[in-house]
Parts: sequence; C-alpha cells; structure tokens
Amino acid sequence: MSWAWFHRFGSPPYFYAVAGRLVPWLAWPAGLLILAGLYGGVVMAPPDYQQSDAARIMYVHVPAAYVGMMSYSVMALAAAIGLVWRIKVCHAVAAATAPIGAGFTAVCLVTGMLWGQPMWGTYWAWDPRLVSMLVLLFFFLGYVGLRGAIDDISRADRSSAVLAIVGFVNVPIIHFSVTWWNSIHQGPSIIRKGGPAMPASMWVPLVLVIFGFTFYFYAVMLVRARAEVLRRDRGGSWVRELLAPEENP
Amino acid sequence: MSDFLAMSGYAAYVWPSIGLTLALLWLNIVQARNALERAKSEARRRLSGGDDA
Repeated sequence: MSWAWFHRFGSPPYFYAVAGRLVPWLAWPAGLLILAGLYGGVVMAPPDYQQSDAARIMYVHVPAAYVGMMSYSVMALAAAIGLVWRIKVCHAVAAATAPIGAGFTAVCLVTGMLWGQPMWGTYWAWDPRLVSMLVLLFFFLGYVGLRGAIDDISRADRSSAVLAIVGFVNVPIIHFSVTWWNSIHQGPSIIRKGGPAMPASMWVPLVLVIFGFTFYFYAVMLVRARAEVLRRDRGGSWVRELLAPEENP
Repeated sequence: MSDFLAMSGYAAYVWPSIGLTLALLWLNIVQARNALERAKSEARRRLSGGDDA
C-alpha cells in the first residue's frame, strides 16, 4: 500500500487547501445534527422516570465529555506522529486541538456540577470519575501553558508532544473509572451489554448531539490548524503565492 | 410554555447548562475565525514589509 497520500497531508500548502475545502462539509452537518439533537433531547424526549427534567442536562454533558476525551486522543496521536516522523502539520493539529478540548472538558465539568447539585446534593465530590476528568482539563491547560512558555516553535512542539503523550494514560482511566472503582457517577448507558439503558426517544437525540459535536470539533479544529500552519510558514513561497493576489488589488 | 421553561423545578440547572454549552460553541467559532484572520494579516504584513520570518 502506498503512503503517498499520507505524506501529502504533511505538506503545509496541501493541508491548508484541503482543510479549507473540508470545513463547510463538516460545519453544515454539525449545525444540523446539533439543532436536531438538542430539539429532540430538550423539547421532545420524555423526562427521566427518576430525575425528571434534570436529566436533560445529559444532552449537553455527555457529548461534551465525549468530545473532551476524543479531542485529547486526537491531540496525543497527532503529537506522537509529529514527534516520530517530524511532521510539522501534525504538531499544528495538536496545538489547534488543545484549547478546543479544554473548552469541552470545562463545559463537561461545569454541566456535571449543575447536574450533581440537584441529583447528588453536591456540586463536587472527590470521586474517581470527576477527578480524572479534572486531570484531563489540567493536561490540556498544561499543554497550552507549556507551548506558550517556549519561544522556539520546534522545541515547543517536541516538549508539548511528550506531555500530550504522557497524559494520554488518563483517557482510559476516565473511561473505566466508573467500572474499576466505586463511583458516585453512573456507568456507561449507551454502549453497554444489553443495549442502551434508555428508550430510543432519549438515546437517538443524544447520539445526534454527540455526532454533531464531533463534526463541529473537526470543523473548528481545522480552521485553527490552518491558522497555525500559516503562522509557521508565513515566510514560505506558498504563502506568498496564496496571499499575493490580495496584496495589490 | 411556562411548564416547559420551568423544567419541573430544575430550570436553574438545566438552562445554564445548555446556555453555557451554546456559549462555548459560539466562542470556539469566533476564536477560530479570529486566529485565521490574524495569521493571514500577519503573513501579508510580513510579505509586504519584505521581512523574512
């Protein structure tokens, strides 16, 4: 099998062009899926038989948690590929992912607190699931902080990549925290033995929002990655060609 | 309608959760667009100034 297609993505002008073309194809489905999913979850779905309407927080909390963890995986994988094969575009993708992932992780934590107060009687508990998710936020922030502290961009790439890879051990810990330890947090309720622990009128909108947030993440990440690639190559000849027509109108 | 907004007494928890999430979605779009515009204008400035990076 030829790896030429893969190497082409390592070329900044190719990545910049292809990513630019991909963005609308990700953004439109994202918008539609999020609208449909939130309408289905917040307006149409029945209230939970135990938690009543408080359970509607699920339709934003669970997708935010999923995207937080998925984006960390994307960041760690991109950083690892960038580190091993010295592909700058991959480091740009990792750098673009971090602030977005941090945002989703923070929203997951805050919506979880807003759900915890009425249901558990407390905003916060030092519980395995909650703490491991907080650690994820700290890894994202640490990654952003480390990059910001190093002026030399290739040194920043390498050091932050190591941090991203080390922090990845936390992702399976978050996932299995509710199984391994006695947690106040509920266990997996969509992908589990015996099927989803809720009727289709609840899990379908939830899955729509999860897909919507995923598309949204890639759309926003690619825009940021394009900015990152452009910033790194601003003296490059392809940038000159790209921006020249607008220079002398 | 007011029944719906009341969220059977959980309005103070449900609506801020949804509002915060939508605010994040909006903020990410604004930040990404600004980052790309800034990178473009920065690159243009360097090209016209003849300053090699």
